[in-house]
Amino acid sequence: MLLIDCPYCGKRPELEFTHGGQAHIARAQNPSDLSLEQWTDFLYMRDNIKGVHAERWRHAHGCGRFFNALRDTTTDQFLVTYKAGEPRPTIPSGPAVKVQQ
Amino acid sequence: MMQPFSGLSLLRRGLSGQRGWKQQWRRAEPKASYDAVIVGGGGHGLGAAYYLAKEHGLRNIAVLEKGWIGGGNTGRNTTIIRSNYLFAESAALYDHALQLWGTLSQELNYNVMFSPRGVMMLAHTVHDIQVSKRHVYANRAAGVDNEWITAAEAKAFCPVLKIDDIRYPVLGAALQRSGGTARHDAVAWGFARAADALGVDIIENCEVTGIQRDSNGAVTALDTSRGLIRTAKIGVCVAGNTSVIMKMVGLKLPLESFPLQALVSEPVKPIFPCVVMSNTIHAYISQSDKGELVIGAGTDAYTSYTQRGGLHVDNHALEAVCELFPIFRRMRMLRNWGGIVDVTPDRSPIIAKTPVPGLYVNCGWGTGGFKATPGSGHLFAHTIAHDAPHPINAPFTIERFRDGHLIDEAAAAAVAH
Repeated sequence: MLLIDCPYCGKRPELEFTHGGQAHIARAQNPSDLSLEQWTDFLYMRDNIKGVHAERWRHAHGCGRFFNALRDTTTDQFLVTYKAGEPRPTIPSGPAVKVQQ
Repeated sequence: MMQPFSGLSLLRRGLSGQRGWKQQWRRAEPKASYDAVIVGGGGHGLGAAYYLAKEHGLRNIAVLEKGWIGGGNTGRNTTIIRSNYLFAESAALYDHALQLWGTLSQELNYNVMFSPRGVMMLAHTVHDIQVSKRHVYANRAAGVDNEWITAAEAKAFCPVLKIDDIRYPVLGAALQRSGGTARHDAVAWGFARAADALGVDIIENCEVTGIQRDSNGAVTALDTSRGLIRTAKIGVCVAGNTSVIMKMVGLKLPLESFPLQALVSEPVKPIFPCVVMSNTIHAYISQSDKGELVIGAGTDAYTSYTQRGGLHVDNHALEAVCELFPIFRRMRMLRNWGGIVDVTPDRSPIIAKTPVPGLYVNCGWGTGGFKATPGSGHLFAHTIAHDAPHPINAPFTIERFRDGHLIDEAAAAAVAH
């Protein structure tokens, strides 16, 4: 089971969380301006990264809040978690990255 | 040349100490160019290569596998075969496969141990009953085998099932008698052997690292860990890694890759005569011919490429199994593992041309691709050979997400996701 560091509550077991999918997908300011292709991209198309992936989590059985995380999908290690609305942190690439303590 | 199996050949080899069996397929070296290349040596890819050679006359083709044949999801699933999907498009797709399963051992001259022992899906709530009956009626209208049975009939069909005095008593079940199981390794090996006999090169330990294209965008070659391979047609059957391959040509697909886990018990004598599935408490279970109970767990909550998942997911499945089958409470589990499944938003697969000329994709089978193996290979071969889909897989395009023609089996696929 993953140990997930909620930015509001601290480390808690995975069972307290729900996974919210790919992070930083912004809903269009003027939805009616979008083309069919743009809507398809927004609704359905996903990066599905093999490697470091920015994703949303919700601390459903805790504070109830959404936050974002960078996780390596080839190891399941969390690199960093951060609050919703904050920009994606830059982290050094490569396998030398340590799990956040 | 392929050494055919028969009762006589088995007897003769048996009497001579099992000596004289030959290697089942060649260890092929990659050639400089092929008419078509299938990426992914699982059941779907090998099946596609076999049918391309057998039915469409393409003999200069190769299957590239980054690991070993059948080492991905083909060797990791719980081997269940059924076709009781809700919508007409899906019922046609999975029933096409079910028809091919019936004679696959004869077709391949290889015993895939297809055993139509019946797949029983339990109903525990009023809602389950309504949904199950809707499935039964939809299936029967589409000419697909499925029937509603009472709890007592379910108990008679699977005597070790506990139907009352449990948290969610069994109220009835939908039974597809023509569903069942097959030996998944044998499916990969049988297709590999039969394809090889038709001249298909099966190249293991060969990972695709790039796709080359001409000025019109059409594919021209594959960069691989074993060198450049030229081809004008590429069929991709790589399940959980589809997004990775498609990224090489800048295509994004409606896919997310999740770990799906399964586990087996220690082997015991025959005790479990069918396949039982329960959506509501999430259990599915059958017994292999070797005697192991084969138990399917759920997908983990998060996307991953690790081929493993959390133990609590297996635990959850075991709790449900122990509730329904108290006789198994003291059984020990031998092994658990994960496979990476590519899930689409509507839980239906994609078997289609891509916007890139010469590039075809067979993906999105999510948590239930094994049952479709021969049908999927057959239809994908048709799509590649004709550069156009077969009528059965015509609805399973990438563009259905743009056009709104979803085949929404998310709740209807008859399993919890």
